[in-house]
Amino acid sequence: MREFARAVLSSAPLHHDPEAARSAGYADVVAPPTFPIVVQDFTLQQLLADEDAAVDFSRVVHGDQRFSYSRPIVAGDELTGTMTVTSVKQLGGNSMVTSSTEIVDTQGAHVVTAISTLVVRAEETA
Amino acid sequence: MSVVAQPDFARLAVGDTVVERAFQFSRDTLVRYAGASGDFNPIHYRDDVAQTVGLPGVLAHGMLTMGVAASPVSEWIGAAGHVLDYQVRFTRPVPVDPATGAKVTVTATIGALDAELRTARIDLKVLFGGQTVLGKSQLVVAFA
Repeated sequence: MREFARAVLSSAPLHHDPEAARSAGYADVVAPPTFPIVVQDFTLQQLLADEDAAVDFSRVVHGDQRFSYSRPIVAGDELTGTMTVTSVKQLGGNSMVTSSTEIVDTQGAHVVTAISTLVVRAEETA
Repeated sequence: MSVVAQPDFARLAVGDTVVERAFQFSRDTLVRYAGASGDFNPIHYRDDVAQTVGLPGVLAHGMLTMGVAASPVSEWIGAAGHVLDYQVRFTRPVPVDPATGAKVTVTATIGALDAELRTARIDLKVLFGGQTVLGKSQLVVAFA
């Protein structure tokens, strides 16, 4: 989480310093708000590896992204992500694929849902 | 030990600018984000690959821009609250020149307040080269 915080140029103490995080009532450092993308990506890799999905990754563009939290992710959490493809639309030759990844802890309690729309660009025609 | 001033929910007003920050992305920034996030798509480090798929050159990861845009808001909130929701629409890419990098500016303003829930909606404006790179982009923060 610390490396991720550094990578997104965040110096917020709660992402780096366990003492600061504990003073704020957390068990350990808190993940930056976009950190769940790492969990979403594990499930996305499974989807893209499925030959039936037939997605050319070189044509994929990220359309939008959302994270909806029940509580912050804290170092030490053991999380499981389950991705569901919630919609596939064709728009002007492009495909828009929306997925929702529900991320829960070891008790099965909801932590965060990551919702993503990918745009698969149409093949260029000669 | 320094005491960092934290925002007081009672003193917030819709329209307040809470953050205004410029970030300099270099190719190094993209490399570090690739490592930390696991996104090794070569369009984020190989100009030749980027051009082969019709792009002007290496682009910043959209998720890097989304992450960086939230960082000054997280710093501003500190221990006073936490993020409940964060959403962005990616509208324009951020090409990162190998020598000069890319300057991205983030402005965060209070878009709405809910006194009962003690939440604030923070609207983000993220610019590169004088144009917005994110469409609708907002956080909802819950205050302790």
